[in-house]
Amino acid sequence: MAINPDYVGREYRAPEAYEVTRVKIREFAEAVGDPSPVHTDPAAAKAAGYADVVAPPTFPVILGMAGSAQAIADPGLGVDFSRVVHGDEGFHYSRPVVAGDVLDTVTRITDVKALGGNELLTLETVATDASGEHVVTAGMMLVVRGE
Amino acid sequence: MSKLRHTDVEVGTEIPERTFTVRRLDLVRYAGASGDFNPIHWNERFAKSVGLPDVIAHGMFTMAQAARLVTDWTGDPGAVVDYSVRFSAPVVVPDDDEGAEIVVGGTVKKKHDDGTVTVALTARSGGAKVLARSTAVVRLA
Repeated sequence: MAINPDYVGREYRAPEAYEVTRVKIREFAEAVGDPSPVHTDPAAAKAAGYADVVAPPTFPVILGMAGSAQAIADPGLGVDFSRVVHGDEGFHYSRPVVAGDVLDTVTRITDVKALGGNELLTLETVATDASGEHVVTAGMMLVVRGE
Repeated sequence: MSKLRHTDVEVGTEIPERTFTVRRLDLVRYAGASGDFNPIHWNERFAKSVGLPDVIAHGMFTMAQAARLVTDWTGDPGAVVDYSVRFSAPVVVPDDDEGAEIVVGGTVKKKHDDGTVTVALTARSGGAKVLARSTAVVRLA
């Protein structure tokens, strides 16, 4: 099964805005074993200069889930999910993500290519806040391993 | 928490290596927290059926540990401006109580006039280099 290169440029919008909560930030920080109180204690976060608890740096991977899941499930794109491993990931922040943020996300397919018997699919998710300002862009490359 | 100052670091400053352990339970917990339920991260039967040596860690779990090395060093988890990694080999996580170890380290590569620094990161597990071309740009106090 080959990934359809005609899908480069196609966008998948999350059906609803992502509401960042204290509970989710705590759950994520605990899952990655990050004990910093700025992830869990609003007073510590405020003392550090933030409006509320701060999401760990890799938290925005969650923001890309809604769009990338739509892309991967899109039969016209042709991704065999059973062969997928993660190739690379990158985050570019305009500001940190904090509890209380309500973020709109759009995921765009930015590249499709073949390399060494594998196929590479690159997706980029842009998250903007309720006032339309850019918060973070998450780039992800998935490797669909050849048989 | 005290924050590292831009004047405290130089090009070549090293962040001491740290070792993080990852067990199957950590992967189950990370799957739940992140929403990434790809069975290669928790189902040995499935992982082997698609040609992997065993269950492998989420790349994002490793990326999170390398981020911690940096943010524990700077003292400010909200000061990451750019952070990117390439997953160059899987972290294979056996079904035992010891799990796998991920050894991460970092070196300051550039100091920028805007108060940020670029840190180059490394990570190894089971003798393999599991992160490549990995850098974080962080703002210091």
